[in-house]
Amino acid sequence: MRVVAAVLLVVVGAGRAGAADSCVACHTDLGDELAAPVSAMKADVHAKVGLSCADCHGGDPADPDTTAMDETKGFVGRPAPADIPVLCGRCHSDENFMRRYNPQLPTDQLAAFRTSVHGRRLAVGDTKVANCVSCHGVHGILAPSDARSPVHKMNVPTTCAHCHSDPAYMAGYGIPTDQLAKYQRSVHGQLLLVQRDVGAPACNDCHGNHGAFPPGADSVAMVCGQCHPINKELFLASPHRAAFHKLGLPECVACHGNHGVVRATDDMLGTTPTSVCIGCHAPDSKGYAAAARMRSSVDGLRQAIAAAEAAVGSATTAGMEMGEEEVALQSAREALIQVRNQVHTFDPVAVQKGANGATATARDVENSARAALVEFGNRRWLATIPLAMIALVGGLLYARIRALDRERRPPPS
Amino acid sequence: MNRVADWLDRRLHLRSVRDFLGHKLVPMHHHSIWYYLGGMTLFLFLVQVASGVLLLLYYRPAPESAFESIRFIVAHVPFGWLIRSVHAWAANLMVGAAFAHLFSVFFLKAYRPPRELTWMTGCVLMALTLAFGFSGYLLPWNELALFATKVGTDIVGATPLVGHWLRFVLRGGDDVTGATLTRFFGFHVALLPLLVTALLLVHFALVQVHGISQPIGASKSDRNMPFYPHFVLRELLVWLAVLAVLIGLATFMPWELGHKADPFASAPEGIRPEWYFTFMSQTLKYLPPTIAGMEGEHVGIIAFAMVALVLFVVPFLDRRAARDQPSLLVSLGGAVFLAFALTMTLLAYFRPY
Repeated sequence: MRVVAAVLLVVVGAGRAGAADSCVACHTDLGDELAAPVSAMKADVHAKVGLSCADCHGGDPADPDTTAMDETKGFVGRPAPADIPVLCGRCHSDENFMRRYNPQLPTDQLAAFRTSVHGRRLAVGDTKVANCVSCHGVHGILAPSDARSPVHKMNVPTTCAHCHSDPAYMAGYGIPTDQLAKYQRSVHGQLLLVQRDVGAPACNDCHGNHGAFPPGADSVAMVCGQCHPINKELFLASPHRAAFHKLGLPECVACHGNHGVVRATDDMLGTTPTSVCIGCHAPDSKGYAAAARMRSSVDGLRQAIAAAEAAVGSATTAGMEMGEEEVALQSAREALIQVRNQVHTFDPVAVQKGANGATATARDVENSARAALVEFGNRRWLATIPLAMIALVGGLLYARIRALDRERRPPPS
Repeated sequence: MNRVADWLDRRLHLRSVRDFLGHKLVPMHHHSIWYYLGGMTLFLFLVQVASGVLLLLYYRPAPESAFESIRFIVAHVPFGWLIRSVHAWAANLMVGAAFAHLFSVFFLKAYRPPRELTWMTGCVLMALTLAFGFSGYLLPWNELALFATKVGTDIVGATPLVGHWLRFVLRGGDDVTGATLTRFFGFHVALLPLLVTALLLVHFALVQVHGISQPIGASKSDRNMPFYPHFVLRELLVWLAVLAVLIGLATFMPWELGHKADPFASAPEGIRPEWYFTFMSQTLKYLPPTIAGMEGEHVGIIAFAMVALVLFVVPFLDRRAARDQPSLLVSLGGAVFLAFALTMTLLAYFRPY
C-alpha cells in the first residue's frame, strides 16, 4: 500500500511542479483517506491563520516530489501519541509566538498537562490516556467557543465520557465509568445539558482541563467554592472541617455527592429519614439536636414566606396595592437563601438568628396583606353608603320627574 | 331663602337665565335617549378634572418617582385608592361615552346643516379625548404603560413623510424615556385640558345657537319638553347612575397599578394599547409588509387617516341628509366601519396572534 502511495505521489507530484503547497496538492489528488486531512483542515483554526501541514508534520511543501517527505527535511510523519503534547507545545507554550495570533490564549497548557493524571501516565508510557488531539481533535481543530468543537462547554461531558464511560477502555484504571450518567441527572448536568445554561459547570470546571486531576478529600471545598464561595467560607470556618478531615470525608461531596449532585433541598437538613445529618449524628448527640434546630429555623422561615405569599396573592387578586409588601417579601426570600447558606456554619444559633429577622418580616407582610383584605371588605361595605344615597336621591329625582310630567300632561278629555 | 335668592337675582339675573332655560325645548321622540350621551361625556370629563386635580397633589412626573407616587396615593393617602381608581375607570367610560355620542349623532344625521361646525368640533373633541387617554396611560410609568406607549408611538411613527418626526416629538427622543413621561404629563394636565375646555365652550355655544337636532322625518310638531327642569333632571338622573357605576367599579374592581416600568426589560407578553386603539394596532398586524409598492403599515395608517377625514367632513359629503332625506349609504358605511372596529377589537383580545 505504501509503495502504491509512493508511486502515486511521484506520478502526481511530477505534474505539480511549482505548486504552492505540495502536501495539499498531492493529498487532494490522492483522494480517500489520504485526502481527508486536507479537506478537514479547511475549517481548522490553524489553517485560518496560515499554518499548514508542514508546520506540524515537517517536510518541504515547496518540493513537488516525494522527497518533500524526507527525514532530512524535518518530516516527522504521524506523531506518536507520547510526542503530541510537546509537538503542540512548540507553539502553544511559546508566548512570543502565540502573541502574534491570540494574546489572550494561555501558554501553560503543556506545563499543566504534565501535572495532570493524563500527562503523568503518558510520561511513563501509558499511551491510552488523553493527549491534546484526544479532546481537541486533529485536522479540523475548532476554537473552544465554536459550538461544533468537542471542547465547547456543551460538548465537554460527552468528550470526556468518550473514554471515561467506556468500561472496556477504562478497565485496569480502577475508577468508575458512570460519571456521565450521574452528571446527566445532576443539577449541574440538567442546567448545562437541558436548560443549556453555559454558566453551569462541565467536567473541566471542577477537574481542570489540561491539568485534569481528581480533587483530594481535603480540597473539595476549594473546587466547589469556585462557584459557591460563601458556602466554602462558611464550611471552612465551621467545626465540620476538622471533623471531616479527621474522618477522611471529602468535604462538600460527603453530603452533596459529586457527579450526581442534586439540587439541595431543606429535606437534606434535620433529623428526618431524608436528612444527610443522621448519617453521622446519633439521635442523642449534640449534632443531632443542632440539625433538628437548624431545620426548624429554616422551616419556620419558609412557612412564614409561603403564608405571606398566599396572603399577598389574595390581596393582589382583590386589586389591593401590594407593591411595598412584594419588596419586603422579596427581601425575606433572599434572607431564606442566606439562611440556607448559613447552614454550612453548622451553628444552630447563627442559623436561627438569620431566620428570626426574615421570619418577622414575612409575618409583617402577611399581616399587612390580611389587613388589606379586611380593608377591601370594608370598602365594599362602605361603598354601599354612597350607593344607597345615590339610589335615594335618584329615586327622589325620578319621583319629581314623574310629577313634572304629570303636570304637563293634558287632562283626559 | 327667598331673600338670598332675591339678593342673588338682583346681581346675577338668575331668574332670566332660568326662564330662558325653561323656554328652551328638547324634542321628545323614540331616539331621545341618545341626547343624554353628550351630557354623560361632559359629566365624566368633570369627574376627570376633579379626580385629576386631587391626584396632582401627590403625583410626581419623573421616571424615578411617578410609579412610587401613585403607589403612595393608592396605599397611604386616605381615599387615594378611590380617587385613582375613579380617574382610571372614568377615563375609559369617558372614551366609551364619547364614542357612543359621536356615533349616535352620526347615525341620527344630527350633523346636517346648519350643525356642520358642531359636528366638526365634536370630532376634534373626540380626537382630544383619545389623546387624553393615550397621554394619561403612560403617567403611572408601569410596565404595560411603557410598552403600550412604545407600540402606540411606533404606530404614529409609521405615518408617511412626517411619522419619524412626529414620533421623535412625542417621545422627546428616539425611545420612550423619562423625557416622554415629562412631555406626556405636560400634554395631559396643561395643553389638552386647555384645548378641550376651549372647544367644549364652542361646542356648547353651537348647540345653544342651533338647538337640539331632530332625526330626519321627525315632525316639528312632535312632543317637546322644557330643557329646565324636565331635561336637566333626567340628565341629572343619568349622571347619578354613572356616578354609581363609577363608585361600584372603583370599589369592587380597583384599577391595577402593575409593576414599575423597566426600559431595559424585554416586553411582557400580551402587550396591547388601550382598548380604544386596539382595532388599529390589530389591523396593522394583519397587513402584508408591502401593498402596491408601499409599506403595509403606511397604507394602513393612510387608510385610517382617510376614514377619520371622511368622518370629519361627512356633513359636506352627505348631500341627501342635507336635504332631510334618508342617506342609507352613509349609515351603511358607518355601520361597516363600526362592525370592522368591533371585530378587530374582539380579535385583539381573544385571538391576538
